[in-house]
Amino acid sequence: MRPLLIRKSPVDSLSLAPGSEFSWPQVGHDLGLSADGHLNIAALAVDRHAHSARADRTAFRFLGADGNTRNVSYRELAELTDRFGNALKSLGVVKGDCVFVLCDRVCALYVAVLGALKVGAVVSPLFQSFGPEPIRNRIAQAAGKVLVTSSSLYQRRVASLRAELPSLEHVLLIDDSGAGGIADTLDLATLLRDAPNTPALVATAAEDPALLHFTSGTTGLPKGALHVHGAVLTHYASARSALDLRPDDVFWCTADPGWVTGTSYGIIAPLVLGATSIVDEADFDPLRWIHILESERVNVWYTAPTAIRLLMKAGPELFAGHRFPDLRFIASVGEALNPEAVCWGLEAFGRPIHDNWWQSETGGIMIANTAALDIKPGSMGRPLPGVVAHVVRHVEGEPVTLIETPDTVGELALETGWPSMFRGYLGQPARYRDCFAGKLYLTGDLVRRDADGYYWFVGRSDDVIKSSGHLIGAFEVESALMEHPAVAEAGVIGKPDVLAGEVIKAFVVVKHDIAADEDLRLELLAHARRRLGAAVAPKEIAFVPALPHTRSGKIMRRLLKAKELGLPEGDCSTLA
Amino acid sequence: MSRNHEQIRTQVLAIVKRLAPEIDPARIIPDKPLRTQIDLDSMDWLNVLANIHEHMGVNIPECDYGKVVTLDGIVAYLAERLPE
Repeated sequence: MRPLLIRKSPVDSLSLAPGSEFSWPQVGHDLGLSADGHLNIAALAVDRHAHSARADRTAFRFLGADGNTRNVSYRELAELTDRFGNALKSLGVVKGDCVFVLCDRVCALYVAVLGALKVGAVVSPLFQSFGPEPIRNRIAQAAGKVLVTSSSLYQRRVASLRAELPSLEHVLLIDDSGAGGIADTLDLATLLRDAPNTPALVATAAEDPALLHFTSGTTGLPKGALHVHGAVLTHYASARSALDLRPDDVFWCTADPGWVTGTSYGIIAPLVLGATSIVDEADFDPLRWIHILESERVNVWYTAPTAIRLLMKAGPELFAGHRFPDLRFIASVGEALNPEAVCWGLEAFGRPIHDNWWQSETGGIMIANTAALDIKPGSMGRPLPGVVAHVVRHVEGEPVTLIETPDTVGELALETGWPSMFRGYLGQPARYRDCFAGKLYLTGDLVRRDADGYYWFVGRSDDVIKSSGHLIGAFEVESALMEHPAVAEAGVIGKPDVLAGEVIKAFVVVKHDIAADEDLRLELLAHARRRLGAAVAPKEIAFVPALPHTRSGKIMRRLLKAKELGLPEGDCSTLA
Repeated sequence: MSRNHEQIRTQVLAIVKRLAPEIDPARIIPDKPLRTQIDLDSMDWLNVLANIHEHMGVNIPECDYGKVVTLDGIVAYLAERLPE
């Protein structure tokens, strides 16, 4: 039988038990922050170690798809990021300008993110599977000035919409031959070669903007959640408490830096700790992953439910003959991890999997099963030191009230004041204000808290779609489908999927003189994939004669979903 | 290339094209990793493999994913396992 509780390891952990002494000023002190208020993520992540006895320690170990590996020490990383920062300066980039990155998990991406942070630019990572429309929309919203990408991605996704992005002054290609083959782009290698390796650091303060992570809601276009340099205190403290990460560890965060986990924990947190980070440039491959965990002697592994479920699906033979004596701690994030998966970790690796919870807006892990706590499989754990969580009753038009009774479902709310809290949705102050009630940030996630203080995910308070751990806004998908001349209307839902959590399914009503046949279905699929990219486009398209609407004319996505699942359709009294 | 290889290639491309109809098969470089050339995310990729299993009768287990990275790799893998 599956255990309801997995006792914490008796091995000493550096983690602080909840309730032990913790303060954010103390974290700043541990990081050696100066009293003048100057703080820069890249300086703490890179330069601090490059000027210490740890300078020659490997910061990143890049595992190429072709089997080659490249180690980059903290010293080298400092020089590369200085060169990149100086190159940006030579292009006229100043503090506060927005730099986008869109590329594979290669060294240049990491150098670009850290180098841009060094000179005070705001960095916004884009996922490689975004199509032209999500890319255009995000760069336009942020008035992005620089884009770092590859020749292939530029030609496939960006070149055609360049004219619609007047703010985008410079496109730097990481793999150009230097021959200047592609119009209106610059060769990054040439820029780096010509840039001085003198310190590029521009003075930034804790409240200066640093990172912009786009996330999706149920309505409207994606929102850019803005984070500040001070967020690094959360990255550092949470990596220690929630991931049990230590300076001498080899760490592998499998998330792509195109999403917030891959930035906060795939780039920043392990470097701030001074650890060695593994970066796998190849796509997911179960056997390859097992091999990496074993041969790279990974100590701490941070991954996601979809990957875990795929490894589980591969069966125990995948692990035959492999041993993981160095693997000390496994954590997962993205969506609630099912109890079977938590326990599967014990069978496969001899370690349970520690689920944790956070979102783009929180900037870092907030609630976690830590090394210092017994695990309750299926629970997201307890709030980390420095994080105060509540369950609240949140009904529109009524005051928000705290729910103290255990095991009562309500919305998860966090007391403001943790360093990596987002400081705004770019250009959308009203939507930002709506996220707060007094000193509480309302997360939109429904949870219950048990009598031991563990939080359990119940669902979303809205009908946002979560596919492979990433939020997808139905509106963005519907808008792209509606642009097709054959489409009268489209409604998009998340269809439950055993591996991805949810996959995107679109219901389409065609215009009256159009034949809704297989050819059109393929044409719409191609259209959506061309516009949105594989990560955002629907996986399934179904034709329907009509969509259900509310009296006010909104598409009732919940009803579409209930129908898809064969559930009772519930109260339809607001239907037209 | 044997006739068998060509038929397999055509079948595989038809499967990919049904899931990602926007792709132009003529532009695929057969000895380069497939997923970096065309826009297939991990769910698309699993769907390609599931469709190969369903329509061609060959199950590609997880431990063999490393052998089916390129189009040439997929065709060779299937050719070994399909009757002439």
